[in-house]
Amino acid sequence: MSGFLALEDGTVFRGDSVGAEGFALGEAVFATAMTGYQELVTDPSYEEQLLCFTSPMVGNYGVAAGRAESRRPHAKAVLMREARGPAWTDWLHTHGVVALTGLDTRSLVIHLRERGSMRAIAVSGGSSVDEALEAVRAQPPMSGRALVAQVSTPEPWVFAAEGRARVAVVDYGCKRSILRRLAAGGAAVTVVPHDTAADELAAYDGVVCSNGPGDPEPLRDEVAILRELLGRVPILGICLGHQLLALATGLQTYKLPFGHRGANHPVLDRRSGRVLVTSQNHGFAVAPSDEREATAVSLYDGTVEALDFPELRASSAQFHPEAGPGPHDGWPLISEWVESLA
Amino acid sequence: MSPRRSDLESICLIGSGPIVIGQACEFDYAGCQALKVLREDGFRTIVVNSNPATIMTDPGFADRTYLEPLDLAGVASVLARERPDALLPTLGGQTALNLARELVGAGILEELGVELIGAPIEVIEAAEDRERFRAAVQGVGLDVPSSRIVTSAADLEGISLPAVVRPAFTLGGHGGGFVSTATELRRQVEIGLRESPISQVLVEESVRGWDEFELELMRDGADNVVVVCSIENLDPMGVHTGDSVTVAPQQTLADEAYQELRDAACAVIRAVGVETGGSNIQFARQRDTGELRVIELNPRVSRSSALASKATGYPIAKVAAKLAVGYSLDEIPNDLTGTTPASFEPALDYVVCKFPRFAFEKFPGADRTLGTQMKSVGEAMGIGRTFAEAFCKAMRSRELDPGAPTPWSDLADRPEGLHPFFAGELDRIADALAGLASLEDLVADDWLRLKRIGLSDAGIAAACDADEEEARRARRAFGVSPVYRRVDSCAGEVEAASTYFYSTWGEADEASPAQGRSVVILGSGPNRIGQGIEFDYCCVHAARSFRALGYEAVMLNCNPETVSTDYDTSDRLYFEPLGVEEVLAVCERERPVGAVIQFGGQTPLKLAQDLERAGVRIMGTPFAAIDLAEDRRRFGELLASLGIRCPDWGIGASGTEACAIADGIGYPVLVRPSYVLGGRAMRVCYRPSQVLEAFHANVSGPTLVDRFLEGAVELDVDALCDGRDTYIGAVMQHVEEAGVHSGDSTCVLPAPGLTPGVSRDLEEIVCRLGPALGVVGLLNVQLALADGELHVLEANPRASRTVPFASKATGVNLVAAACRLAAGEPLAALGLPSERAPARVSVKAAVLPFARFPGSDPVLGPEMRSTGEVMASASDLPTAFAKAERAAGRPLPTAGTAFLSVRDADKAALVPVAAALAGLGFRLLATAGTARTLAAVGLEVEPVRKLAEAGPGASIVDLVRRGRCDLVVNTPFGGSGPRSDGYRIREAALGARIPCITTVAGAAAAVHAIGNARSEAALSLQEEIGAAGDFRLAAGESGGAGLPAVRSGRPRRRA
Repeated sequence: MSGFLALEDGTVFRGDSVGAEGFALGEAVFATAMTGYQELVTDPSYEEQLLCFTSPMVGNYGVAAGRAESRRPHAKAVLMREARGPAWTDWLHTHGVVALTGLDTRSLVIHLRERGSMRAIAVSGGSSVDEALEAVRAQPPMSGRALVAQVSTPEPWVFAAEGRARVAVVDYGCKRSILRRLAAGGAAVTVVPHDTAADELAAYDGVVCSNGPGDPEPLRDEVAILRELLGRVPILGICLGHQLLALATGLQTYKLPFGHRGANHPVLDRRSGRVLVTSQNHGFAVAPSDEREATAVSLYDGTVEALDFPELRASSAQFHPEAGPGPHDGWPLISEWVESLA
Repeated sequence: MSPRRSDLESICLIGSGPIVIGQACEFDYAGCQALKVLREDGFRTIVVNSNPATIMTDPGFADRTYLEPLDLAGVASVLARERPDALLPTLGGQTALNLARELVGAGILEELGVELIGAPIEVIEAAEDRERFRAAVQGVGLDVPSSRIVTSAADLEGISLPAVVRPAFTLGGHGGGFVSTATELRRQVEIGLRESPISQVLVEESVRGWDEFELELMRDGADNVVVVCSIENLDPMGVHTGDSVTVAPQQTLADEAYQELRDAACAVIRAVGVETGGSNIQFARQRDTGELRVIELNPRVSRSSALASKATGYPIAKVAAKLAVGYSLDEIPNDLTGTTPASFEPALDYVVCKFPRFAFEKFPGADRTLGTQMKSVGEAMGIGRTFAEAFCKAMRSRELDPGAPTPWSDLADRPEGLHPFFAGELDRIADALAGLASLEDLVADDWLRLKRIGLSDAGIAAACDADEEEARRARRAFGVSPVYRRVDSCAGEVEAASTYFYSTWGEADEASPAQGRSVVILGSGPNRIGQGIEFDYCCVHAARSFRALGYEAVMLNCNPETVSTDYDTSDRLYFEPLGVEEVLAVCERERPVGAVIQFGGQTPLKLAQDLERAGVRIMGTPFAAIDLAEDRRRFGELLASLGIRCPDWGIGASGTEACAIADGIGYPVLVRPSYVLGGRAMRVCYRPSQVLEAFHANVSGPTLVDRFLEGAVELDVDALCDGRDTYIGAVMQHVEEAGVHSGDSTCVLPAPGLTPGVSRDLEEIVCRLGPALGVVGLLNVQLALADGELHVLEANPRASRTVPFASKATGVNLVAAACRLAAGEPLAALGLPSERAPARVSVKAAVLPFARFPGSDPVLGPEMRSTGEVMASASDLPTAFAKAERAAGRPLPTAGTAFLSVRDADKAALVPVAAALAGLGFRLLATAGTARTLAAVGLEVEPVRKLAEAGPGASIVDLVRRGRCDLVVNTPFGGSGPRSDGYRIREAALGARIPCITTVAGAAAAVHAIGNARSEAALSLQEEIGAAGDFRLAAGESGGAGLPAVRSGRPRRRA
């Protein structure tokens, strides 16, 4: 069956449908990681997004339950140059993910790079492009969208019962890899809902603010909780968690033109002078400020990659130290943090 | 942050020497990149490399260039003369690394105060010494295959089989192999101990059949590590990676498995202690259990890193050189984007596939089984948006000779244990082909689908029983055409102005060039015997020259090892197969001023006619001239009309006809097919049965039968012609007589045997021939001098193999001159240097790969078999000759025992050679017939029995095998039957690493050199040719530009 992707500016890319039937509305973004397609699609940070893989061959090594970063796929559609099945395409179909293959993904990537991420629709089967575009333009833009409520756990749950330190992970759309790295570092890990009260969080030895989808700016309640929590317990922010921590300390966030999504992004740790090759997935970033110097910066565009608030016992990373997928250069950041709690 | 080191001013770089199996042009590419950045950074650079066909040894690339033997004495003499602050050995392959060890071991670096940069000696030792490497790997919790170091063949008790034998410190796994029985084990260990310079082999657990992966890493002084590229082998463990079909990035590992490799690689590079630079690490991985073994780590730039550089656009050698002088990765910009640093890992939005190119057809009798010892002579790379597309492109880029035996001969010819993913992809290609019946069935969608799989017009046509031209017309009628995509190292994430392109189908095109400004230079494709780095050298110079002339240089090639496929070399690089389809498509996109075909060897010549037919202007020598020179009948008529002598000849359409011609001409005759390079299927025949045999070996139709001038002196001329005037660039004389392929013979410049009279005749002939053929550019003429008369053997209206050597020896950049002629300038405007007596003698010697092909007779003949060459210059011939032999890895003995055994025809000529050897104090051994001849003239000689002769004492084969000789002179009889005595002697000499000379002329030159070579200080090329900077040919530079060859002079007008 044929299908197409229509961008809000009217650009259309045609391909063949290999996933679920129907259509998917969301923000079109691209990721440059060359491995880990299943991890990416199940990363809750891709909620409400249509994910284009720059890597041309997707699905080569099938799927495995252990590779999922959450209970379900979050990307609403995947856009590929050359999908390989049947395991991968069956999985997409079963999970209701619209999937297009044979798409001119490089042209799409260059378009998004030049014009910025934009609203889009992926359509499987015949449909009018005009109608589809109308639907796209009726969608809210990603800026201003609060999405954590729809991906966070409704109830607290225990990932690892035993450990040297008790860590609460505030689930804004948490990846399993974060939990695994915390447990591997020796922490007892409990995952809690995004709106868990500060007093409750303060009872733990440490709190991790997880990654998650959408714009951090409208997440006023979450920020308020963090502000209340600051200084009472060691806090580690990752990705969206990093952005929320920044907002809680009075910094600003803004939308990047097309984001950072990949597994090859160099980050300079200013304190050690070392370069980490990191996994990244974010469409928003923290605006630098004079008072609060970033402890790490992106070597691609100089954006803030890490913050440290020693007096508040809080630190954060914009990139994904837990990897999954991507290089493990950031792993020590998590294990060292857990060690510091004990 | 670690800034550039300010305590270093001058750096010496060691090259990798002649092209041999396992070490090819990738190190010229690496060396060029390194020299470029080091010079930009203000360092004084000194380069030592014996290979004249390299760009890195051009005078403009370093401050001081030494074409000296890459042995301890050679490099030490350069270091002593130049006193550099540092030595950089990580860009010259295993050769340079081994030399660094020797220099340290001999205390020379310490004595001269030269610092080893790039890889400290401890790192080289830790990576190369198996025991220390194992300890390092196990220290970080990883495994190497369980193993044992063996230094004696007596110490093999308790080794479990199957196993792999790996000698320490050898090229390309040379001397190693897979063994499954105790007998095989003992034999291989004996070979390995002999091959290893430290007489040490490792016998290890066999991981044959496991999947094989390689990672290319960079590490800087601040301990930052990046993985530039992952490479997956389609041939499983057990086949040398150089002989494997490989793909990048890896295709079958999930992220967790890939990251495990990445973590392991980073841990090992740190444990071994590689401080700065590139490293290549190989893993074996059990597909089902995920068990991992670290196979090896090369703390240097390698063949794989050249492939990785071309596959990703990440210039590993350039970055490695910068790291070696103190920079850190984040301080080095990524050239392709210009805005991001080198401290990232390239993201690919395409797939790259590499195919090895074998040359088994050159070594009949040789074992073709692939194993741990590399046997391929070159490689081709294909880039596509899918695996299938890349695979198909690389596969057809091999340019196989029809019928030549090779692994992966077609889609069905797959290695055992091929990963199901790849098998599925190959099935997809095969199914697409199997579904084809007729071109008429195909509509636009079908064409697009077929092309996106990677099928060529020719492939589709063949499946439809049509010809390629028809298929192309049908496809184009549907508007299906290729588009070009950029290699940008970042999958489009960052804007990149890269000019490195590949084709694909059914997508948008990226940034079409302004049309009508470029010159398309067709490269020479994968290295193979007969067509190697020399032609890439010419193509690179062509690109530089056309750029200097104000054109945009467009390079089209598919060889990842080369300098020509460095994106820096041209204004635009199209990494494409050199097929008619791809070349026409690029020409259509570029609408070039013209295309040049005279620099890429035989490959572009095959495309010339189609290009002309498609309306592409050929710049310089047109197709008609090539055709005239190659069509023996017309060429013969032309020679006759010009009054130029050539050996009697005829063309036989059948075996009987060929024999009749041979009878008419008189034996011996030379039998060969037309349109060949490297003397493919060329035979000297002494009787009709051999003619018949040779005829039937030539599958492609009419066969040429030439009179073979026995004992003639062969001359090689490289000349320039503008269609009217001709300039003789160089006249070279072969040491071996006519009948030994010019590519395999040792050649001398200036030609010592040229009398003024002969020289005048030669000039006359070449000056008449050039315009008569219609040459505009380079012309190579091969002549035989017999009984004082010159015969033209062949004329090639294109760059020859000797152009780099001739250019370096004379200081005249022949390619640059040819480009200006092709662009329309007259010869007179070039201001070429006029006649001057050459002050020094230069010798070019060939390097032969016989040791890689046991079972094949190691004898020189009309079929070319050398892989590479070396150059040496000195003030006299014996000194230059001895140095060239040293550089070729065959140092001449100065004393000892010489064994002589020659055919009857050579016996008289051997006498003075034997007398000279005796005079030098050599003890002489000879087989009965030869001994009689020598004794008859009063020489003291001990007869030795042949293998076939009964009698007391050891046979000659035994003596040679046991290393009781220091020099073997053995000329083959008419044929060289694989089981003949001569063959066994030569094979034994090869095995025992004893110099074995198979022509009397070669022996005479060698003995003359033994007796008269002097010790002479090394002289740099810059001092020799007296030209500062590049030896380009700017007008007005002619006076001091360099030494001309023999008898050059004013351009000569047609008589």
